[in-house]
Amino acid sequence: MNSLIQRYAGSSAASQQRRNVSTVDDDDEFSDAMWGSEAGFGSLAKGVPSFMVPSVPDPAAFLRLHTDDHADPSCKIKIQHGTTTLAFRFQGGVIVAVDSRATAGSYVASGTVKKVIEINPYLLGTMAGGAADCQYWETYLGMHCRLHELRNRERISVSAASKYLSNLVYSYKGMGLSMGTMICGWDKTGPALFYVDSDGTRLKGDLFSVGSGSTFAYGVLDQGYRWDLTDEEAQELGRRSIYAAGHRDAFSGNTCNLYHVKEHGWDFIGNYDITTLHYDGPGNVSGSPGHGYGYEIRVEGQTSANPPEVVAQA
Amino acid sequence: MSVMEYNGGSVIAMVGKDCVAIASDLRLGNQALGITSNFQRVFPVTNRLYIGLPGLGTDVTTLRERFRYRVNMYTIKEERDIQPETFAHLVSSTLYEHRFGPYFIEPVIAGLSKAPSGGFKPFIAATDLIGCLNFAKDFVVAGTASAKLFGVAEGLWEPDLEPEDLFETISQTLLNAVDRDAFSGWGAVVHVITKDQVVTRTLKGRMD
Repeated sequence: MNSLIQRYAGSSAASQQRRNVSTVDDDDEFSDAMWGSEAGFGSLAKGVPSFMVPSVPDPAAFLRLHTDDHADPSCKIKIQHGTTTLAFRFQGGVIVAVDSRATAGSYVASGTVKKVIEINPYLLGTMAGGAADCQYWETYLGMHCRLHELRNRERISVSAASKYLSNLVYSYKGMGLSMGTMICGWDKTGPALFYVDSDGTRLKGDLFSVGSGSTFAYGVLDQGYRWDLTDEEAQELGRRSIYAAGHRDAFSGNTCNLYHVKEHGWDFIGNYDITTLHYDGPGNVSGSPGHGYGYEIRVEGQTSANPPEVVAQA
Repeated sequence: MSVMEYNGGSVIAMVGKDCVAIASDLRLGNQALGITSNFQRVFPVTNRLYIGLPGLGTDVTTLRERFRYRVNMYTIKEERDIQPETFAHLVSSTLYEHRFGPYFIEPVIAGLSKAPSGGFKPFIAATDLIGCLNFAKDFVVAGTASAKLFGVAEGLWEPDLEPEDLFETISQTLLNAVDRDAFSGWGAVVHVITKDQVVTRTLKGRMD
């Protein structure tokens, strides 16, 4: 307590100096246990966060042995896999749509996962692969985007933000990080979209889909995509694509979360239940077809298996 | 890749008061890809006896035909309907004949058997893929959602349910269990067997 009073008492240049120096190593006066965890950004004053590593000769191989269910499906630790996420750029901004299912093996662990990470009011990140990896590093990215703003008195570009993330994950290459993400936003250049994954890949593009259900989403997306889509058409295309993936892919589904990035930042458009979309459609929203998306519902009375009613002869 | 999870699907059977029920989902998939939402895997054997065949899709068709043949031969020779207990042993020995190259099916049997008094007694049974019989007094489950079905059934089932209540119980059990399983779902079918009729209902389920 005395040291605390001493530090803040007096206004001489010397005490001012002492105060500036000592705030940096403030953390050392408290044990890590008091802060809960080192990994919760509390240790920023020391620079890049550090992680505990198992004391074995090859930590990365050790982790892979216990978590890689492709190599060994019976491994004890299951990391969340299976997802459908998509984002596309068009005349009116960027549409971001994702499903909400988390599976561990064949078990549906959750149906209410938020796979869009709101980095800040004008940047969105999507989550595919390791849920914890995406959540942690994209939140961490948000922190650095804010620091960039404070240092440079202007918002970070989507390009710079995505490059920061890709350089960061590349430095952990081979350590078992698993993430496939799309960084979406609006900056000086207009609507912007980048694909970043844990291999270190970073791609600029107009249209991406990531995850086990991405092939189904691409199918719908490719046939409906144009640059000059209206806002309503674009939102409907995002919704319809996620529905297609949620319906056909066992590891995607439950609900669809839809976002639209515009000049003023992102808007959350809505949360849609995939089964409701199948039977009844998206309801009274702009761009709605007014009926269910399901094949059986859509082609009612139009197929040979379910023929139209014969019109009575005159 | 597991052969038992290649096509997905689950079956459950429950005992009620003077009635039994058997229910199944309708999904047939190719691993993660859903193929059809009207794949029947529960079949009638007699007027008061049904069999559910969750497991590998190709073996569902093969075993269904095999059981049909053997039951027909039995009916011709004995000049009477096969009883559930007898049929269960027929299923068991048919599967054990393939002990070293099994059919990838875990059958579930539900029916009413004739009591000596002239009445009918509920009967359910299940076997593993090489024919180990499990005669249960409450409920039996099988398929990719079996672990989830056990959990929900353990919570919802109670003894001596009337046919209408048994229908509600088995339907809720199946629908809620398959929603937690990636390889089962896409609609369901329920059969409630009583002494003088079988009520079959197709249920709407989650389509994801």
